[in-house]
Amino acid sequence: MINWVPPAVIFIVGGLFTPLFKGRVRKAYLMIVPFVAFINLLLMSEGTNWVVNFLGYELIFGKVDKLSMVFGYIFVIMGFSGILYALNVENIGEHMAAFFYIGSALGVVFSGDYFSLFVFWEIMAFASVLLIWYRKRKASLSAGFRYILVHIVGGLCLLGGIILHFVSTGSIEFGSIAEKTLASYLILIGFLLNAAVPPLSAWLPDAYPESTYSGGVFLSAFTTKTAVYVLLRAFVGWELLIYLGTIMTLYGIVYAILENDMRRILAYSIINQVGFMVVGAGIGTQMAINGAAAHAFTHILYKGLLWMSAGSVLYMTGKSKCTDLGGLYRTMPLTLIFCMVGALSISAFPLFSGFVSKSMTIEAAVEEHLTFIWILLMVASAGVFLHAGIKFPYFVFFAKDSGIRVRDPPVNMLLAMGFVSFLCIFLGVYPKPLYNILPYPVDYAPYTADHIIETLQLLLFSALAFFIFLGYLKRTETITLDTDWFYRTGAKAFLWFVNYPLSTFSARIGEIFFKTLPSALGKIGRNPVAVVQILIDEIYLTFLKAVHHFSRTFLRREWIEVKRRLAKERKVYPREVVRRSPIGTAVLLITLFLFIYLLDLVVI
Amino acid sequence: MREINYFDKPKNIRKLKILFYSSLALVVLMDLFFQRHVRFSWDRIPGIYALYGFVSCVLIIFFSKALGILIKRSEDYYD
Repeated sequence: MINWVPPAVIFIVGGLFTPLFKGRVRKAYLMIVPFVAFINLLLMSEGTNWVVNFLGYELIFGKVDKLSMVFGYIFVIMGFSGILYALNVENIGEHMAAFFYIGSALGVVFSGDYFSLFVFWEIMAFASVLLIWYRKRKASLSAGFRYILVHIVGGLCLLGGIILHFVSTGSIEFGSIAEKTLASYLILIGFLLNAAVPPLSAWLPDAYPESTYSGGVFLSAFTTKTAVYVLLRAFVGWELLIYLGTIMTLYGIVYAILENDMRRILAYSIINQVGFMVVGAGIGTQMAINGAAAHAFTHILYKGLLWMSAGSVLYMTGKSKCTDLGGLYRTMPLTLIFCMVGALSISAFPLFSGFVSKSMTIEAAVEEHLTFIWILLMVASAGVFLHAGIKFPYFVFFAKDSGIRVRDPPVNMLLAMGFVSFLCIFLGVYPKPLYNILPYPVDYAPYTADHIIETLQLLLFSALAFFIFLGYLKRTETITLDTDWFYRTGAKAFLWFVNYPLSTFSARIGEIFFKTLPSALGKIGRNPVAVVQILIDEIYLTFLKAVHHFSRTFLRREWIEVKRRLAKERKVYPREVVRRSPIGTAVLLITLFLFIYLLDLVVI
Repeated sequence: MREINYFDKPKNIRKLKILFYSSLALVVLMDLFFQRHVRFSWDRIPGIYALYGFVSCVLIIFFSKALGILIKRSEDYYD
């Protein structure tokens, strides 16, 4: 007897019932659902449960082990915080979308077969796009369309891989993949797209910053982290991931430095952070897997917190560009404090949550003697502090006085940020609860003198570099080209081709075949001989023109003569200027046709 | 609305600067008092990670700046 249900069910069914409630009751209901889901999580026991027979195949909705539980816990905690943060959103559709999104992400985490995984994967894409569309701006609408199209392509890659895998093995069980076949690579591409690995990453910084102020909080947590989960489940130890992950960490930083929009800075920093987790999956040792899972856990919290503080600024000011903002610390002190907790956590400052998780992955690289990767990851760690740790808070809350005077956001948003801030500091100070739920036993102590000194030196001198070169970091009102350029301008070129050459032709097909061509034929038919004469003169004139181009005098008289004759011939058509003997021309034509006919016979 | 002006006063900024620079000195000096567990040969050099953090950030800033010349466009580029 199982006394729990798959957590996906709680959120999806919970979302369906949302419209039944109104006002305060609805708010209470929205808060109760994640609470129920959390109690349900505590009841879950390890093993394979909720196996449903479907057309002779076994669909598994409750595959529970330590790895899936880590993601289960953090998804429910983040779901709770996000819902609390979004409590004063009036639009009921947005609440439902968030519930379906959280539910489907949990569905992916606990599914043990490819079929149910794929279905939840797709629900996730369609639920999340609503959080972008509900902002109801034109830019959000188009960004949402690009987002969903890219995810459909990724989903099709995944589906293709799943089908090939199923055909060759006959099994739909989702587990570790070792063999390097086309099927594996297609599945990998589907996963990597959701993990926002360059060059398949442009959808993230394109779409997330266009979401509603609270939608971004959910978006930052679920899609990329379910991708990290499935990579940890299926592609552990694939060396390729080490290199891709390292590229991600650096790519995210460079783009975040160039960005002006605060939420785009945060979007690029998601790519940077997920890079550390992808590296962990690629290294694949127990330490690395623990590191990746722990980092996903802490990352969801502090990145959610950063998106909440950016969302608060957006909610209160309606602006999100660094060039429009600045000096907000005067009237938004609480938001600033929460933002700084998030900023210090993402930078892995001692006593904040990033410190106890990120270093595990980096330490795993040392243990595997990946010195070069370690060097690059340290550069990336310094860079995180540069863009997310200092740049984002500095340009929003300090820098210049933008003249904007707005209060801290409503109390539910402050409570949500306070709750997540508490967790960030709690785990940073006392990481044991986190280490206890990791997939493998943890034999790692983050707080050693070496590690603390090393981190403080790295970070504080990064800050020094920031303030020395502040002049070079001043924001400009620009956007930065990313790989979405290829499909955005590519689509434009395609549309131009469809709109102009293709549709002009298709719009005139009727005219060409029923008017222009018949009337031309009719015209020719009235005096074919004269037409031939005009044609010959036309060719002769072109030749003379070419000659004239080289010599002004040679054949000049002839040229003028032919020009005059041609004009006259056209004018009097279908009569003829000089009535020639039609018989001569007719005989010539007949001889020509007979000759062609003869040639034809000979050839055949 | 209540306003905080702490960071607008030059006196406070100077205090913060002194705090910042002394903490920079402190973390470098700490290397002299703690025997580091050596993983790489360069771990023995005092203050190496300070240099590392600083140089990394300078490289990142200038690389981004150079790349920005190539890939930055005006905001209405896609409209």
